[in-house]
Amino acid sequence: MTDIAERPAPIVTRGLTKRYGELTAVDGLDLEVRPGEIFGLLGQNGAGKTTTILMLLGLSEPSDGSARVLGFDPAHEALQVKRRVGYLPDSVGFYDDLTGRENLRYTARLNGLRGEDAEHRIQQVTESVELTERIDTPTGTYSRGMLQRLGIADALVKEPEILILDEPTTAIDPIGVVGILGLLRNLVEEHGVTILLSSHLLVQVQSVCDRVGIFAAGRLIGLGTVPELASEYGADQARVEVSFEGAGGPAIERIRTTLGKIPHVTSVESGAGPDEPWVLAVEPASADREVREAVLGAAASDQLGLTAIRSVNASLDEIYRRALQTSGLAA
Amino acid sequence: MTSAETTSSPVSSEPISIPPSSGWLVVAGKEFADQLLSLRFIVLFVILGMAAALPLFIAAEQIRSLAEDVSGLQAVFIAMFIIGPPDFAIFGLDFTVAAFVGLTAPLLGIAFAFDAVNGERAQGTLPRLVSQPIHRDAVINGKFGAALVTISLVLISVVLMIGGFGLLRLGVVPTGSELLRLIAWVALTLVYVAMWLAFGTLLSVIFKRAATAALVGFGVWLLVALFGRFLLNLALAIVVPIDTTLPAAEQLASYQWHALLNRLLPPTLYNEASTVLLNPSVTQTSVPATLGELDQAQQQIPTLLSLDQSLLLVWPHVVVLVAITVACFAYAYIRFMREEVRA
Repeated sequence: MTDIAERPAPIVTRGLTKRYGELTAVDGLDLEVRPGEIFGLLGQNGAGKTTTILMLLGLSEPSDGSARVLGFDPAHEALQVKRRVGYLPDSVGFYDDLTGRENLRYTARLNGLRGEDAEHRIQQVTESVELTERIDTPTGTYSRGMLQRLGIADALVKEPEILILDEPTTAIDPIGVVGILGLLRNLVEEHGVTILLSSHLLVQVQSVCDRVGIFAAGRLIGLGTVPELASEYGADQARVEVSFEGAGGPAIERIRTTLGKIPHVTSVESGAGPDEPWVLAVEPASADREVREAVLGAAASDQLGLTAIRSVNASLDEIYRRALQTSGLAA
Repeated sequence: MTSAETTSSPVSSEPISIPPSSGWLVVAGKEFADQLLSLRFIVLFVILGMAAALPLFIAAEQIRSLAEDVSGLQAVFIAMFIIGPPDFAIFGLDFTVAAFVGLTAPLLGIAFAFDAVNGERAQGTLPRLVSQPIHRDAVINGKFGAALVTISLVLISVVLMIGGFGLLRLGVVPTGSELLRLIAWVALTLVYVAMWLAFGTLLSVIFKRAATAALVGFGVWLLVALFGRFLLNLALAIVVPIDTTLPAAEQLASYQWHALLNRLLPPTLYNEASTVLLNPSVTQTSVPATLGELDQAQQQIPTLLSLDQSLLLVWPHVVVLVAITVACFAYAYIRFMREEVRA
């Protein structure tokens, strides 16, 4: 969709603040989510992610500052916001006695969808979350992961322009997560939906987010794409993993010496066991290709029995830890 | 994952017109369907069925003699609702259809509402519900409406069954004014049920756990409906004793105090109003204020009130019941509106 970039930012907050008595849950948040992106709100439990989401939906009133969602003020035009925003709450629940379809039908009706339109829509969203087989059984029999997927279907029933998902991948098995993230990517690419998701499982969602905001103690301590944040907080380091066959006994010292001599390698960590990969820290990050080629050359000339070599992206976990340290919020 | 998704995402910031009234109807429709299939509904039917069947069964024989006793003026049809076995009372209440309904109505009201909001919370459906484009009061109104309709249906069918029993087995045919009195009584009872429903809804908003709300609700019912009168009269006997050695005027003043304070209890209001509506020979609910009035009352020729006169007599009672209902509602709204709904 070419027009996406021209659309105004669907979610904008200015100095958004929420105080509960002494506690400041969200502290002067300035955020701008761009149209048609997947924005990840990342942080530990209690960092203020859910509170932010509640304020964006008009379910909680800000103590200070303001928010605009699709041009509406959630605090005063909540209905207009809710009409256009699909929301998956954290630990979503359904009416146990009703089937998945009946639950979705109720949501459709509450959104003014009826009859054929509603049924057609329910079928569509059911297929998109791959629940077709179980949709006509009571939700009381669903597993946690199925409830989560039904929750996403529920948020999609109203054909939202924005999807707000609170911890969408919690309680879903790894394969399910891949499926969910694929679905989200598809929604953005094919239909121009803007997605805001929150998660404390950083690694899990980093692959799908266009940009992330790192949240700690109610403040945004980092904002940007994962590579941007990596260069900001990763101290310009890259990592290379190398594996050798039968790397035990005297071979260890030989490997360590050889690898240590390679330029740009700042540290060498041997694997925990004989078959575990070694980790090389590379500085600057841009030198990692050079380092990989040097490792290959050295392995060949010294007959180290190289079995595998690969570059490892800076993980969001690492970035998060450094961001916390930098901002002085580390525990 | 397939790509069966929205065919288009309308990108507009034009306000979408949302009909303000439809939300609560959707909620009510869903709740009503739930109620009809619930265990609660069966219990409701059994309780109200018992309310009808037991006193009626015991009273069946009495009706015939009553019918023979009275002149053509007496309202025999509605007498079915107010006669019971003589010398038999539970908790100071006569064992009649009207009294039984009056006793159980609060129970039903609370039972149908105590988990209205906190039940959604416990199931984790509340965040989803309040993030839909409906006003929050639609949630409360819808649930209240559905419960009231459910109870109304059962109450009306029970009244019809009693009427049918009277017609077929006892051969008692209602007159037009008796029918109107019965309709007025059903309406009054529904106002009373509505008051307790509103109270139960308020509890479901205040208390996060349904069990707590139920316990508090039934506790209040027990206190107000059963022990309330007893405790109140006990307290009154000490504070405003009715001393028979005092002049009659002062005794009357004490009686008035008793009547006034008793009317602070909704069950008293309902029972008084119920008696007036079902028994045309009851011509006053208040204690005479002066000796002159007392004199007048004693000299009064026994007469039957017309329906409009009876309605006039119970109008204040109805107004107070409605006022309590509205107060419960208002407070429930305020609490629920301000609440932050978290998962």
